[in-house]
Amino acid sequence: MLQIKNLHAGIEGKEILKGINLDVKAGEVHAIMGPNGSGKSTLSSVLAGKEEYEVSEGEVKFKGKDLLELSPEDRAREGLFLAFQYPVEIPGVSNINFLKTAINEIRAYRGQGPMDAKEFLAKVKEKQAFVEMTGNLANRSVNEGFSGGEKKRNEIFQLAMLEPVLAVLDETDSGLDIDALRIVANGVNKLRSKDRAFVVITHYQRLLDHIVPDVVHVLFDGKIVKSGGKELALELEKKGYDWIKKEAAIA
Amino acid sequence: MASGNDILKEHISSDYKYGFSSDIEMETAPKGLNEDIVRFISKKKNEPEWMLESRLKAFRHWLTMEEPRHWPHLQFPKIDYQDIIYYAAPKKKTEVKSLDEVDPELLATFSKLGISLEEQKRLVGMQSTIAVDAVFDSVSVKTTFRETLLEKGIIFCSFSEAVHDHPELIKKYMGSVVPYTDNYFAALNAAVFSDGSFCYIPKGVRCPMELSTYFRINTAGTGQFERTLIIADEGAYVSYLEGCTAPQRDENQLHAAVVEIISHRNAEVKYSTVQNWYPGDKNGKGGVYNFVTKRGICLEENSKISWTQVETGSAITWKYPSVILKGDNAIGEFYSVAVTNNFQQADTGTKMIHLGKNTRSTIVSKGISAGKSNNSYRGLVRVAKGASNARNYSQCDSLLMGDKCGAHTFPYIEIKDKSAVVEHEATTSKIGEDQIFYCKQRGIDTEKAVSLIVNGYCKEVLNQLPMEFAVEAQKLLAVSLEGSVG
Ligand SMILES: Nc1ncnc2c1ncn2[C@@H]1O[C@H](COP(=O)(O)OP(=O)(O)OP(=O)(O)O)[C@@H](O)[C@H]1O
Ligand SMILES: [Mg+2]
Repeated sequence: MLQIKNLHAGIEGKEILKGINLDVKAGEVHAIMGPNGSGKSTLSSVLAGKEEYEVSEGEVKFKGKDLLELSPEDRAREGLFLAFQYPVEIPGVSNINFLKTAINEIRAYRGQGPMDAKEFLAKVKEKQAFVEMTGNLANRSVNEGFSGGEKKRNEIFQLAMLEPVLAVLDETDSGLDIDALRIVANGVNKLRSKDRAFVVITHYQRLLDHIVPDVVHVLFDGKIVKSGGKELALELEKKGYDWIKKEAAIA
Repeated sequence: MASGNDILKEHISSDYKYGFSSDIEMETAPKGLNEDIVRFISKKKNEPEWMLESRLKAFRHWLTMEEPRHWPHLQFPKIDYQDIIYYAAPKKKTEVKSLDEVDPELLATFSKLGISLEEQKRLVGMQSTIAVDAVFDSVSVKTTFRETLLEKGIIFCSFSEAVHDHPELIKKYMGSVVPYTDNYFAALNAAVFSDGSFCYIPKGVRCPMELSTYFRINTAGTGQFERTLIIADEGAYVSYLEGCTAPQRDENQLHAAVVEIISHRNAEVKYSTVQNWYPGDKNGKGGVYNFVTKRGICLEENSKISWTQVETGSAITWKYPSVILKGDNAIGEFYSVAVTNNFQQADTGTKMIHLGKNTRSTIVSKGISAGKSNNSYRGLVRVAKGASNARNYSQCDSLLMGDKCGAHTFPYIEIKDKSAVVEHEATTSKIGEDQIFYCKQRGIDTEKAVSLIVNGYCKEVLNQLPMEFAVEAQKLLAVSLEGSVG
């Protein structure tokens, strides 16, 4: 579904991603871990098409298409979803209105008419329950005045509503209390299917206790320096990143 | 569809949709302004002597005045007042009893603008019915639903008709809120005003439908000087809407209107405007100069006046809808969205003059500047001595799109009574790249994202508008800002 080959990207002339290779197949969950500043968010921004980042080398295929050729909105419409590390606030625009606009734009791209109002509301109700979100939050302005944890939960709510084929979760677990963590993880687990893939960026094993990954990658200094099964995350939790850094230095 | 509901319909194109002009045989006054022209206008309108006298007095005073050129944050070339036509009317009979008598081309014009002059019956599921007074250049063409309204004692007609049919009301109220001595454009208007709407709601009557006036400038080189007078007698209520457009022309056109509102004891008037005069082209050529004086007085206790404006048009907007809070416990409100793009300039705001005790006022102003435009909020809150426990809350927000535009805030606060509580908040923000990217990541393109964000930003103001108007205003905002980001 997603194939990244030798991806180099940076910002303002500074190279941050230095040759990423990654192959994510439908139905898989990949975890990406790595120290602060290693380039995890940069990778997600480049995938989502944030304009400030320049890709200098490499290619990214999404469902067989050249992802880098697509505009950010078309990437979303093709089914790429990014749960932001820092979701932005849009004052005065209700979550509901925002999602309705998004869904209908995506549908239009696929040649479908706007979603029936009843169907939409039913969906809101269903997915809200999914992330145990109160009706009040859904009706409030997008992320405005939301607590850190509420914002993250709202990202998963949007994910559930938009039903993408590939979801990239950038530290969705940070800032969540224990209950919220369980809710978010359960939400993601319910959305797991053979047609949908996840790339979960996280610092902590505790999220991966709930969302059990198929593959774990370690990103360090713009490169994936180690990949393994779910045990790799446990090992990192125990030993930290130093040994990885040393290995990387030798290699 | 009820008449007038679609006042701003079908906007989804970046060009000014109302730029067409109609080929209608017009009778016009010769260019220029002098006492003879004033007499000519008065004669054309078949006015009584007292009206002519009032015009001449205003004209003579106007000659002694100067344009407000220094204090507003506006720049415009010298206006040649002798190069303007002060009267233009469709040649065919204008005072009509039925639609059959209206020039079909004229009906077509209004229908093209989305305004129906036919009094269709209320349709099932329709929010409301709207009565329309349509003003074409200098004259009112047709006022709908008059009979229905008259059953309740409500007078809704053109200003010219009111001069004939209700001289006592005109004499009593005209100029009582905006005297001809008030300012340059008010004096000019008092001398040459053409037509406009008159509305009187009698004691204890809640007007059962929205009243609206639709203004259209058509003839090249003409100015439009309409005059509107709204009186809500004790305990009355009315919601009034105003809309306007003009053809796309290379020369600037002058529009200098006066609106006066009188709200008596326990009465309430809600006045909503969606101003969409031709703003000029992308290079700043052409467009309407909109110099307008709008003011209301809360004459007695517990009266209320509320102004809501969405200003997207005009090359220049100079406008400060104000409220004089004379009666005790009176309430004044001003909700405004002013959008400027390309080379547009706006200097707009309000004045809240607190004279009575326990008077309250609220000001919410949302300025949006894009392109190379300049957008200024100018507002005065004055609390007179003796106006005890007066309260004002002002919130002035500016949103910038791009870095070539300007936003300015000029709040003036004059407090003569110690018990007054006045709060002022102001913010300036830039439309966030992050917000736009967030929308795009959800599949929403830039144009739609800007429209969403801007409408969210203006929500408090748009919420004040009647339903149908609010929907159209939202579309209008989107169109006005098309192409302003990315
Ligand atoms: N807009 C920017 N301008 C300059 N440098 C940037 C910019 N964005 C990211 N960087 C730099 O790129 C590097 C990678 O940042 P990135 O946000 O991708 O790290 P991360 O792995 O997500 O870290 P964290 O775990 O702290 O979220 C950092 O050194 C960061 O300072
Ligand atoms: Mg990060």
